[in-house]
Amino acid sequence: MTTMLRKFWQNVIGQVEKEELATVSDMSVRLNREFDADFQFAPNDPLLVHFLNASGTVEVEKLNFDSPALKKLKEAGVRFVVPLISQGELIGLLNLGARLSEQDYSGDDQRLLNNLASQAAPALRVAQLVRQRHLEARERERLEQELRVARIIQETLLPKEVPIVTGWRTAAYWQPARAVGGDFYDFIDLPDGRLGLVIGDVTDKGVPAALVMATTRSVLRAAAERFPAPGQVLERSNNLLCVDIPRNMFVTCLYAILDPTSGRIHYANAGHNLPFWRRLSGVEELRATGMPLGLMPDLNYEENETHLAPGESLLLYSDGLVEAHNLQREMFSFNRLRKLVGIHPGGIRLIEFLLAELAEFTGEEWEQEDDVTFVTLERLTNSNHDDPSITIETRQIASEDRRILAEFQLPSEPGRERQAVEHVALAVTELQLPSARLEKLKTAVAEATMNAIEHGNHFKPELPVSIKVLASEAVLTVSITDKGGDQIIPEKDAPNLEAKLAGLQSSRGWGLFLIKNMVDEMRINTDQSHHTVELKLFLKGGQDASQTT
Amino acid sequence: MPVKQLETRVRHLPDLAIIDLQGEIDSFAEHILDAAYSDAESKLPNTILLNFTKVDYINSTGIALIVSLLARARKSQRYLAVCGLSEHYIEIFRITRLADFMNIYPDEAKALVDVQKSTTRTQ
Repeated sequence: MTTMLRKFWQNVIGQVEKEELATVSDMSVRLNREFDADFQFAPNDPLLVHFLNASGTVEVEKLNFDSPALKKLKEAGVRFVVPLISQGELIGLLNLGARLSEQDYSGDDQRLLNNLASQAAPALRVAQLVRQRHLEARERERLEQELRVARIIQETLLPKEVPIVTGWRTAAYWQPARAVGGDFYDFIDLPDGRLGLVIGDVTDKGVPAALVMATTRSVLRAAAERFPAPGQVLERSNNLLCVDIPRNMFVTCLYAILDPTSGRIHYANAGHNLPFWRRLSGVEELRATGMPLGLMPDLNYEENETHLAPGESLLLYSDGLVEAHNLQREMFSFNRLRKLVGIHPGGIRLIEFLLAELAEFTGEEWEQEDDVTFVTLERLTNSNHDDPSITIETRQIASEDRRILAEFQLPSEPGRERQAVEHVALAVTELQLPSARLEKLKTAVAEATMNAIEHGNHFKPELPVSIKVLASEAVLTVSITDKGGDQIIPEKDAPNLEAKLAGLQSSRGWGLFLIKNMVDEMRINTDQSHHTVELKLFLKGGQDASQTT
Repeated sequence: MPVKQLETRVRHLPDLAIIDLQGEIDSFAEHILDAAYSDAESKLPNTILLNFTKVDYINSTGIALIVSLLARARKSQRYLAVCGLSEHYIEIFRITRLADFMNIYPDEAKALVDVQKSTTRTQ
């Protein structure tokens, strides 16, 4: 209220008093002296209550009670005040001094003022709201600008490029959920050619997390230069952070030291996600126990050691991936990540692959819930070690690298699946799929389209089957959508051929079974009105990826 | 989208009937395939050979039709064999386990030799 009235003095007194009143009513008035436009009503000033309850024009001279505002009005020579009330709220005052003609205000004058007030109040209210929105927009813009600067500052705290280490390749990806975030990673050059790798995650997001992230990075760097063992580095960092970190905030962090010559990796973990070690024989986790940094001082951190053979790689990652939810509120999960790491050859392309998987999992409308960070470390084999075509990956890898290769609709008529197959085959020509892979994809597309035509849209030509073909470097996805969203598609068991031959089962029922066997992954998404089958071929590392025929 | 209607031709050899198939094996092929099979078994051969050399599309309904033919053949104690399948459809016959119940030959000549041998053995 105080603010609003102050604005009134600035916006109404100064202008209305001098310009509009004199013009509108031809009632030339004068005030004894310039009114203090910055004058503020005290919230408990009895004049406020009086104005709120007034039914129209108020004659100031007739008021006689203790009020600083009333005193000011009288000193300014105000004769009449017309309270401007909108929706029960006093939003301004129309003040009039004595008429220059020195005649009294007539009853007609007062009625005119009352009419004017009833029309001016809502107009003034609208003007005030517009001005308020304008100021809020400017404030938002200022905050956004500050956040943009904060983002730039935070990015300068991350490595500007990944290290070049003979026989090794590294890549990293960092995408905060907001303008700034609490995830971070770092590469630290150590004596004797060793390399320190850091990945960390501050609780919370946004600016508070970013500030703690900056502190943690500095503390870790200082500790890494002073102590040779990863456990000592975390112990020292923890003790320093405990002093400064706000209550209820902490930092999970993994610190590993690579000896590039031997392939040995010495590591300690402060409560961070366990890295996945993509071995030639499968996927393992690098385990080491330790509490997050900043919770309590004087903690010890277990140290462990492993050895990466040529062709093996490590994936360090933050929560943003594994805790992402899809529309059904399912989590991406560690298990899914582990499985994906297992089917991909690993290394730097793994990041693109995982981002594509994440995008597929969450859908296009996903609002990133948490910061997403990856660091990969790959030991090259002799065959690719000297390959000059291998380049070091830069830090930022586009998360939205999927391209739409084709998008079309078909009427739900028998036989239209052949058209779908032709369109999809044409769309994926540029991917140069091995012929066996292409044939499998064509069969899967045909079967899924047939199901959409028959079971989803019940052969109604007016209901379209929508088909979209998307490709990233790692995954080809064909999504086939019908209008059968209200139906539940049962997961059929594998067909039993003996039972079919014996007449115990229908000879049909091969569709879903074929699809599952033709592609690397099949997903079914259903909402109230649509039913979508997603067919995926992993372009690197999936089944038959080595086929060139 | 024009559908390539399945066309068949049945050739009767001693102890063997060959059904030459041309076109697509899908739901539209059911009656044609059934009629061809009936024609093929009318001379009571030991083996009926499905020649897929000129077939470029088999869908899951087509697989179901072949399962039905195989069931008919087994019921009347005949062998059902196939030839001329592409690598892709051989893979599908393997995945569906049809390959466990019928011989798959690369071409008609190989099929004829094998059928001849087995006929000689049974005489």
